[in-house]
Amino acid sequence: MTDTAATGGPVLAADGTPLKKSLARALRIQKLRALALIAPLLIFVLVSFIIPIGTMLSRSVANDLVADTLPLTVVALESWDAESGELPDEPVYAAFVTDMVAAIAVKRHTRLGTRLNYEQTGMSSLFRKSGRKIKKLDPAADAPFKDTLIGINKDWGDVETWKVLKTHSVRITNGYFLNAIDMRRTPEGAQAQPEDKQILVTLFQRTLIMSLVITASCIVLGYPVAWILANLPARTANVLMILVLLPFWTSLLVRTSAWKVMLQQQGVINEVLVWVGLVADDARLVMINNQFGTIVAMTHILLPFMILPMYSVMQTIKPTYVRAAKSMGATDWTAFWRIYFPLSVPGIGAGSILVFILAIGYYITPEIVGGTKGVFISNRIAYHISSSLNWGLAAALGAILLAVVLILYWAYDKIVGIDNVKLG
Amino acid sequence: MAALTPISRKPMSMVLPVTAAAGGFFGLFLGTANGSGLLGVVLGAAIITGLAAFYIFVLKNEALAKWITIASMAVVGFLLGGIALMIVGALAGWFYHWFIYWLYEGRYRARLLPYLTPKQVLWHYGFRVICGAIFVFLITPILVVMPLSFNAQDFFTFTPEMLRLDPAGYSLKHYQDFFNNNEWQRSFKNSLIIAPIATVISVSLGTLAAIGLSQSHVPFRRAIMAVLISPMIVPLIISATGMFFFYSDIGNWLEGSLGLPKSFVGYVKVVLAHAVLGIPFVIITVTATLVGFDNSLTRAAANMGAGPVTTFFRVQMPLILPGVISGGLFAFITSFDEVVVVLFVGSAGQKTLPWQMFTGLREQISPTILAVATILVAISIMLLATVEMLRRRSERLRGMSPT
Repeated sequence: MTDTAATGGPVLAADGTPLKKSLARALRIQKLRALALIAPLLIFVLVSFIIPIGTMLSRSVANDLVADTLPLTVVALESWDAESGELPDEPVYAAFVTDMVAAIAVKRHTRLGTRLNYEQTGMSSLFRKSGRKIKKLDPAADAPFKDTLIGINKDWGDVETWKVLKTHSVRITNGYFLNAIDMRRTPEGAQAQPEDKQILVTLFQRTLIMSLVITASCIVLGYPVAWILANLPARTANVLMILVLLPFWTSLLVRTSAWKVMLQQQGVINEVLVWVGLVADDARLVMINNQFGTIVAMTHILLPFMILPMYSVMQTIKPTYVRAAKSMGATDWTAFWRIYFPLSVPGIGAGSILVFILAIGYYITPEIVGGTKGVFISNRIAYHISSSLNWGLAAALGAILLAVVLILYWAYDKIVGIDNVKLG
Repeated sequence: MAALTPISRKPMSMVLPVTAAAGGFFGLFLGTANGSGLLGVVLGAAIITGLAAFYIFVLKNEALAKWITIASMAVVGFLLGGIALMIVGALAGWFYHWFIYWLYEGRYRARLLPYLTPKQVLWHYGFRVICGAIFVFLITPILVVMPLSFNAQDFFTFTPEMLRLDPAGYSLKHYQDFFNNNEWQRSFKNSLIIAPIATVISVSLGTLAAIGLSQSHVPFRRAIMAVLISPMIVPLIISATGMFFFYSDIGNWLEGSLGLPKSFVGYVKVVLAHAVLGIPFVIITVTATLVGFDNSLTRAAANMGAGPVTTFFRVQMPLILPGVISGGLFAFITSFDEVVVVLFVGSAGQKTLPWQMFTGLREQISPTILAVATILVAISIMLLATVEMLRRRSERLRGMSPT
């Protein structure tokens, strides 16, 4: 070492390689080792979580069914002007019959009918009923088809039917996203849905407003509790902490069923109120299956997620600051509002984002105590996945919800840092 | 601080009105329950003020006053509504005795700073009452479930027999139903199969990754962390639908190409799905434990000839074990408590306890749910106690806390 330094050459490590190179290699090995430790989990999460969600969300724009089932018709319709108000010509009808006969052979026409029924009611039965008769036609021999088809069902003589077919024949569609914000894809571009079908924007608004109300009530209820936990002697605070942690550890369904027991018409709260005489027996309060029930139950369920971050921030605020302010003449309120409160804002922020993120995607509690007026957008997504089977719309709704959550997640990461999340 | 503030007896002009207000408040409830709220307020205020005056001016013996109040209020309660109200009455009697002397002797000042103004003292106690109410809000729903689960009727509310503390009003029949009903037993068994396996997977992979993440030079650390935490953040319904499509493909492949039995594939799907959901909790708790980990210990071990594996199991693991276990408990409770994903990914053969409860709550609501809920609360109390113990042990080991 000493003689290389004396001769002015590069500093060498023990094995004779230059020190710089040797250190770089050590660093590289360290990085690789760290990555190797992380890799199994990262691959597991990517493959079984991130990619499935990505593919699910891609259903919100994918629309191959029409183009795959009716390939000739789609090509033939390209030359038809939907604005003209006239029916397509014979080649379109001929192409349609050829496509349909092929589709009926593999029983795909009913799926197509279901798909188009999301856009216009009546399409499902139109395809099902006509299918039985079109099956008997021979694409080669029975031409011309225009009048035959209109004879089978007069809807084939309706321009609207062909407009719907043409509009939804594209492979990548914005139709589901338009549906998700109460609009629809038409030949004339995006238009508002008819009044009676506009429910989703209302539902989004309700989800947002109720999540905000829940977050706000969590702040109001959580702040005093966090303050008193942070300012009591450690022994007492630990005992009281159990009262916060026990609900946190208790099963979600237990707490939801407890609220069902408490809030229903023959439930504990109503019974107590009637017994005390504050409420007449025949005028029991309706506290469940509405927004009130959802808000109360979810506030209770999410309150620990607000208290814990607030508490960990408040623990670090030194009591001497407030005492110093008071010694300089501040009133209790000024000392709190100008000194303590600003220092506790990071805790409020962390807790609020966490609660809001959790609230906006909630499914179980609104489903059980929400009735029809207290449900969230998640419940609508579940309905479209499992009941109406309109997966494209479910994916579009999910994509919008996920976008909101990810923006908040990003904000949370910026403000708090995901590494700083504390549990218990 | 307790000895700092000298306490002195308070004037009657303060004690009597306050006790009257407190008595009136209690009287309001009794009054409305028995017909007339106003009468209740007046009577309550009069009785409590009378008691206070009697104790202070005539009796002058605190211990005797205590027993007189408890006994008389218990008797009144018993006459009004049986044994349950007798207990309420005795408690109220104890409270009012304590309250009268607390005010009269000025004991409420004893533990406060001497220079506080009356308004500040009022706020101090008012604030505590508010916090107490919030704690009651937090804990009541969980406590209410427990006695109701012993209901002899199929009701979700307290029956008159229960309120009279009549043994006939209580029974273990909902517990018997839980232990004898095949559906409940099968779902309980399924939960006990799925949750531990999912926990083992998320703990083993999660701990390795957490150790990797806490090394000093990790490329893309933030991005990796964000990906690994995301199962906790993404709304469950979105995770569930994504996994629904993914695992139905995987399941078809496992059954079709590999010819595995259907129920086995079903369990594999749910276990893997739950393992992903538990990972963020393991990552968070283990990385938190590793923050305080002294890396010179591993270097010392290596110095003395231990290989990486030996170092891990003999040096690192014992020190981070509390974090690993509490992460594992979080992962366990996540899986044990999970409904949405199992609803979508699982089939009827993998029905878990929460799933059974969920259908029970939505469709035919049976009080057996309350018995199950009570059992689950008992389980969560045990888990909570374990986590708390581990947390304290970990803090002690790392010398972070003097206690």
